[in-house]
Amino acid sequence: MKKFLSLALSASMATALLVGCGNSGNSTGSDNVDTSGELVWKIGGIGPVTGGAAQYGQGVENAIQLAVDEINAEGGINGYQIAFNFQDDEADAQKAVNAYNTLKDWGMQILEGTVTSGACAAVSAETNNDRIFQLTPSASSTSVTEGNDNTFQICFSDPNQGTVSADYIADNNLGTKIGVIYDSSDPYSSGVYQNFALEAQAKGLEIVATESFTQDNKTDFTTQLNKCKSAGADLLFLPFYYQEGSVVLTQADQIGYDPVMFGVDGFDGLLGVENFDVSLAEGVYLLTPFAADATDDATKSFVSSYEEKFGGTPNQFAADAYDGVYILKEAIEAAGLTPDASNEEICDALIAQIQQVNYNGLTGENMTWNDAGEVSKAPKAVIIKDGGYVSAE
Amino acid sequence: MGFLTYLINGLSLGSVYAIIALGYTMVYGIAKMLNFAHGDVIMIGAYLVFMTMTGSGMPVVVSIVISIICCTALGMLIEKVAYKPLRKATNLAVLITAIGVSYFLQNMALLIFGSNPISFTSVITWQGITLAGGQLKITGVTIITIITCLIIMVALMWFVKNTKPGQAMRAVSEDRDAATLMGINVNGTISLTFAIGSGLAAIAGALLCSSYPVLTPYTGSMPGIKAFTAAVFGGIGSIPGALIGGLLLGIIENLAKAYISSQLADAIVFAVLIIVLLVKPTGILGKQTKEKV
Repeated sequence: MKKFLSLALSASMATALLVGCGNSGNSTGSDNVDTSGELVWKIGGIGPVTGGAAQYGQGVENAIQLAVDEINAEGGINGYQIAFNFQDDEADAQKAVNAYNTLKDWGMQILEGTVTSGACAAVSAETNNDRIFQLTPSASSTSVTEGNDNTFQICFSDPNQGTVSADYIADNNLGTKIGVIYDSSDPYSSGVYQNFALEAQAKGLEIVATESFTQDNKTDFTTQLNKCKSAGADLLFLPFYYQEGSVVLTQADQIGYDPVMFGVDGFDGLLGVENFDVSLAEGVYLLTPFAADATDDATKSFVSSYEEKFGGTPNQFAADAYDGVYILKEAIEAAGLTPDASNEEICDALIAQIQQVNYNGLTGENMTWNDAGEVSKAPKAVIIKDGGYVSAE
Repeated sequence: MGFLTYLINGLSLGSVYAIIALGYTMVYGIAKMLNFAHGDVIMIGAYLVFMTMTGSGMPVVVSIVISIICCTALGMLIEKVAYKPLRKATNLAVLITAIGVSYFLQNMALLIFGSNPISFTSVITWQGITLAGGQLKITGVTIITIITCLIIMVALMWFVKNTKPGQAMRAVSEDRDAATLMGINVNGTISLTFAIGSGLAAIAGALLCSSYPVLTPYTGSMPGIKAFTAAVFGGIGSIPGALIGGLLLGIIENLAKAYISSQLADAIVFAVLIIVLLVKPTGILGKQTKEKV
């Protein structure tokens, strides 16, 4: 009853908002000026700054701000400064669409977001409709890009993550009997799982237990863990976000079950859960394209200026987002665009241009994009040691 | 051995449902209303325990007592502000108000505590026991949850049966107008019911978050709905019904997860509920009330 009511209310609110914004989304030259009357690039961002995936949104917001400030200090893109506006969506699809409408009213020309897959799929349908170019730092599901020629990903896609995880486990002999727990109500989690299962079979890994949970049922994992334990799984593959990750690790410890834990990029942030006993995360593997302890100059300078400005170590979502701004800069410069172009012109030009880009960033060398919106780059494995993320190699 | 493990997990989950279901069932039985805000009082209770115990370093018992006192006050306040003025209004108006209070509490918690999840430190440090040569491990929190649930249930049944306020509760639930005529303070009795229900919510919150250690402003809402289901399952208005409904729900949910499909567990739980209600519309222990002409 309560669920139904809340759905009905949110639906009517969303409709009201859409109706309200029907006439205001068009961008004209006069929209794209800042308070001092100068022509600017209006780049919007959407992501969870609060809620269960807040660390991702915060990282993305901070990193985009960092990159925008750097670019503005150097003279902007094609001589025009960037104005940046970030909205919270709590990783919720409805709130993300509301945030998108807010940004459209503000006059956004390019969207760097959203951060999570479920919310992003809803927003990319809207941007495709409105012809606004969208580059998501971290929404990895194929549902984000499918049918939307204007949406591109900086993170590697779910199929890629699942496949690479299975390869990594097989190549490094981390486990022979594998248990999987995944979130069947989440496109990201089930997408990674499906491809993991296919590749695991090809690589001769034995999956002895496959368990799932849903958004409404994500606090009690003891039964799933017990089933994996009694099936004799010596490695658990856990393709979901860190909030549930902290619960799974705590409950596994309670029942005295200690297999190798292998998460994907959703586990990034695990060490930042308030009051979580980080010793439980010791030895957890996770797959991510970015390790803050890497010694190359680009990573070192990014990490130090991020720490100086916002405090705390940036995660891979921040690194993806930081790369995103520079990728946009490179594509816009190559296309020779100026901010007085219409959203549709910018969108079409960038769609063509980003496929020509070959970018070396924090999260990969020689990053290229295909027309499906997927990036090609290599993920790295990271292991949690002494309360920090360390490259597993 | 697997079966026993799943059964005990189910009992533990069911015990939490049962304690929450008590709050629903008592309020329904006496005030004839569905207090949908009950799940959110649980969440507030859990936050209070977290703040006093982990935040300020108070002993477990002290922090639980503080949480019980605050939740009791909160429950009475909600009743006074939101429900009492609507005592004569239609059931539907009160139901909508209860949903409103529930969202109010969730959003208040979002404002005060933020929506970042907190990993809850268990209030029970006892590791539990290991049986059958290490094959069967029962955690301390599971044992304490089941025992607490049974103690609360027995105490409440004794209270309702053998004390003056308990008799007043039964009288009000039987016939509110007649109880008024007999000199029973109906408002006081309803207030007391909310106080007891909300105090129990604080205990349920601490136990819920000790077993399933993640705390957000939405923590109470799903267990709240499940516990309401348990109350209906067992027969709403009946205290032993809440116990039976809660335990059965927990066990069915866990066994369905273990032996049928972890994806379908919720669907199976509600399918069982529908079947039970088709056969026995008032729930397992519900009383058939005759329409008064």
